[in-house]
Amino acid sequence: MAEQAVAGPTTAGRPDFSRVSWPALARYYRGEFSAATANNLAYRGAVAIWVVTTVIQPLVSIVVWRTVAGPGGQVSGYSSAEFVTYFAITMLVEHLTFIWLMWEFEYRIRTGSMSPLLLRPIHPIHKDVCDNLSYKVIGLLGVVPAMVLLVVGFGGDVSDIGVAQVLAFLLALLLAMALRFVLEWVLALSAFWLTKISALNNLYFSVFLFLGGSFAPLAVLPEAVRAVALVSPFPWMLAFPVEVAMGRRSGADVLVGYGVQLLWLGLALLLLRLVWRRAVRRYSAVGA
Amino acid sequence: MAGPLLDRVGHDARIVATYISLGVVNLVQYRSDFVLAVVNGLITLVTQLLALAVVFGQTSELGGWSRHDLLVLVGVHFLIGGLIGLVIRPSMETMMEGIRLGTFDFTLVKPADSQLLASVQVVRPPALVDVAIGVGVVVWGVGGRGGALSAGDVALFLLTLLCGTVTIYSFVLALSTMAFWFVRLDNVLAIFQSLFGQAGRWPVTIFPGWLRLLLTFAVPLAFAVTVPSEALTGRLDLATTLGAVALAAVFFAAARWFWFFALRRYTGASA
Repeated sequence: MAEQAVAGPTTAGRPDFSRVSWPALARYYRGEFSAATANNLAYRGAVAIWVVTTVIQPLVSIVVWRTVAGPGGQVSGYSSAEFVTYFAITMLVEHLTFIWLMWEFEYRIRTGSMSPLLLRPIHPIHKDVCDNLSYKVIGLLGVVPAMVLLVVGFGGDVSDIGVAQVLAFLLALLLAMALRFVLEWVLALSAFWLTKISALNNLYFSVFLFLGGSFAPLAVLPEAVRAVALVSPFPWMLAFPVEVAMGRRSGADVLVGYGVQLLWLGLALLLLRLVWRRAVRRYSAVGA
Repeated sequence: MAGPLLDRVGHDARIVATYISLGVVNLVQYRSDFVLAVVNGLITLVTQLLALAVVFGQTSELGGWSRHDLLVLVGVHFLIGGLIGLVIRPSMETMMEGIRLGTFDFTLVKPADSQLLASVQVVRPPALVDVAIGVGVVVWGVGGRGGALSAGDVALFLLTLLCGTVTIYSFVLALSTMAFWFVRLDNVLAIFQSLFGQAGRWPVTIFPGWLRLLLTFAVPLAFAVTVPSEALTGRLDLATTLGAVALAAVFFAAARWFWFFALRRYTGASA
């Protein structure tokens, strides 16, 4: 660890993180993860409150779409019971994929707390990944029971969910987590250029609400909107894993979906590299 | 006997006017906030209109509410949300921060009603954008429904809107007052904000029984958004109107009692 104490090795005026070895990175992940978990457990009340807020949107969506479908009715191939299942699983995927850093980066840059993160000899994204994973694990303790309650309380239909669907879902979920993390981390980087990020974030979440499938299943959206959604990265971060879990996609359809997820993930990583390089060059600490 | 009371109301009114003018001064200083509020307001408006379009692409009525009825409701939701964002939420956030940091003591030593001071201490004029959007959408929705509104309907709307605002204010005040016991409470307002933002923009009548009760009496969104919208869409009956007035009075009295109860137990940050 001795050489890591030499803070902020730089080449050509930007941080150089290439000297961190894999074992060092693994040690860092273990340490940061347990630190973040200790923090989350200390503030478990705050975590519990955020978990309650994640339940509200799917709950409202269930009520609205059940009313639209009516008892025994169907909307674009979804019955009331299937809407319940769709939004209950959406809640789980939303919890496991969302990140909050697009709100935090503005604060980090405004208060100067970005500087120490940049001075560490390790890319700041690793700290965010650890913090995020820790929060997700702790949050599952609330989200999973809430999901079961939604399904049982509103009479969700889980008859199509078997072992094969769950296994296929897990891979789609992992890819969705990676894709959304990288993409939204790039969105967070916009704080290096903008001093007020709320409008951009609102626009992003508004687009995500429809194209990602969190307001309604893609099948329910108007034809044109669905076409736009499918060529965008959004459904691959939310709707796709949910549809896989519900058995609405199977066989080759699932494999193609994984491929599209990987494609978007590659593009997102490329974008991350590009934007991060420019962002760091642009950064001047508060007070500098 | 009327003299001292009038003096007091006049004094209180001057305090409110002072804080409003401070808010306007701040607005002139941060003009870009206003532009930002317009952009954010429009994004939210388009989002809600799209949500209505998706829903009404599949059905012609939602729990008895037509497309234009729900447009009215979206407008009322904007209006109430704007009023909350104008003074209630920023003041409550400042109060809770003050309790945590100890600066709330300065509010208490001022020679005026502590509840009033705490409730109007921050005025954020950019929220007026939401109020304006709300009024516009209400007019659009009412116009789209066709049929004229009588003066009585408008009066009932204003009355229930006032009662709804008082009820919501009292609720948020009582929630924030709990910061005297639990110091880090800003997250609780996040739950309220999320409930208001998500559940508040649909008529409570579509929610199943227990949720409807919760959204009527525990978190009084029904009387803040749905009831004023009912007044403009010809659904409001006398019982509900009286209920709205009674609930506002009960919530206000309870919140004020709770405020002074909490103050008596408050020892200050340094004590």
